[in-house]
Amino acid sequence: MISSFKKALESGKFVVTSEVAPPKGTNLEKMPHHIELLKDKVDAMNVTDHQSSVMRFPSLGGALLVKEMGGEPILQMTCRDRNRLALQADLLFAASRGINNVLCLTGDSVVLGDHKEAKGVFDLDSCQLLAAIRRLEKGKDLGGNDLDGSVSFCAGAIVTPEANPIEPQLIKFEKKIEAGAEFIQTQAVYDLDNFKKFMGYAKQFPVKILAGIILLTSAPMARFMNKNVAGVNVPQELIDEMASAPKGRALDKGIEIAGRMIKRVRDEKMCDGVHIMAIGREELVPDIISAAGLI
Amino acid sequence: MIRSITRQKPEEEIDRLLDGLGRVFIIGCGTCTTLTKTGGEPEVRAMKERLSGQGRLVTGDMVLPVACDNLTGEALNEYGQQIDQADALLIMTCAFGVQTIARQLEKMVVPALDTLFIGKENGIGRFDEICTQCGTCILGETGGICPVTSCHKGLVNGPCGGTNNGKCEIDPEKDCAWTLIYNRLKDLGRLDSMRTYQKPRNHQGEPSPGKFILSA
Ligand code: SF4
Ligand code: SF4
Repeated sequence: MISSFKKALESGKFVVTSEVAPPKGTNLEKMPHHIELLKDKVDAMNVTDHQSSVMRFPSLGGALLVKEMGGEPILQMTCRDRNRLALQADLLFAASRGINNVLCLTGDSVVLGDHKEAKGVFDLDSCQLLAAIRRLEKGKDLGGNDLDGSVSFCAGAIVTPEANPIEPQLIKFEKKIEAGAEFIQTQAVYDLDNFKKFMGYAKQFPVKILAGIILLTSAPMARFMNKNVAGVNVPQELIDEMASAPKGRALDKGIEIAGRMIKRVRDEKMCDGVHIMAIGREELVPDIISAAGLI
Repeated sequence: MIRSITRQKPEEEIDRLLDGLGRVFIIGCGTCTTLTKTGGEPEVRAMKERLSGQGRLVTGDMVLPVACDNLTGEALNEYGQQIDQADALLIMTCAFGVQTIARQLEKMVVPALDTLFIGKENGIGRFDEICTQCGTCILGETGGICPVTSCHKGLVNGPCGGTNNGKCEIDPEKDCAWTLIYNRLKDLGRLDSMRTYQKPRNHQGEPSPGKFILSA
């Protein structure tokens, strides 16, 4: 079955995805609220998988909730916590419940999260997980055994256009596409001229690219990301612009900047769409979308 | 030369392991733990002073030439009486030494060190883990730099998204293995090797515990 997200990607329209994060615990009050708010405004919602190696309600459970509520989930799967048996099993389960979009990630180190003494699994990497998906679709598991019942996925991966050094990252990007990635959501990009250069290179590949947009919430948050998040580079002008916002209005400024960037990506036809990350402020995504003139 | 790299356990842990054991015999090693200053003569002496200070009786101490050697049994025999008098052996060798000694003597052994990795001395006082003996060596495809060991996640198809200025996401002091491999293969004109898809690794090249028997 072709997922509605895949149809959107193939339709040539400007695709918008966003994300929802499962809770720390079983209190599912906030998540349905975010899903309800977003499901008709975006083409699909990523459900994060123990983001930053912080243990949470599982992405599979979150994706199921999105599905049940009539939204279109993109199941994020990292290779950090499950070996190849568990990853394949979860893919089978996802397929059985109509969760047909998967974003394959290596996953952050456990050392960075809230269970610092855990074993990092990494039995597979993101390329191998993509290849595993393509293999399951052919009716075989990684052990070479036949599967009873078929599966079909729209599989994607990520890239960091501002990685330093960039060359090893691009080799991996190409390997992900060869392994079966149909779409790529990028790490946050802020310098759109740089991103255009990246797209000049990336356009030659048969893959849909959604530019990563992270909502800036304050000037210190932007500085923090520059210092601590690999491959994220907020230019000084944007930091100054955030700092220039009147007291208490920084968030409005962040929404305005994100909207402006999305509009430019779209107007200049830089790539196939955007992936909006409003880390912890998902309720603001509709505002960003309307600031971009998309609704 | 490769060395067994160790670090002394926290004192509280050693004290907990020795709880109720009043008489202790201490064993160091003249090879790896002497080199890393974790179980040579000076460290054994310092341990003896600390334990005596706690009111324990140190029945004796010795520094074996090579604790993991099969001759260790004979070397221990010379201290038979002092060892007999002890409630436990506090061992300041790597875990290979601890197990070698445990096999020789009917005594409770208490390791004073944590064995971190088998490493190589790269410059004075610096030891690096460069091979974890995975059983399915891929150095031939990575320019002689091991991603299984040198990449924190053991990735074999290229870098993760955490690479920051050529350093690893877990520690700005650690090189990202995939930046090193990329540079190496580029210099060698063999980037095609990095572009080649590596299938999932065989983690059972030699199922643990490894065993090797020389055929006749
Ligand atoms: S791949 Fe790495 S860990 Fe495995 S045998 Fe070779 S050097 Fe050692
Ligand atoms: S930053 Fe480099 S060395 Fe560290 S886990 Fe990622 S790929 Fe491996």
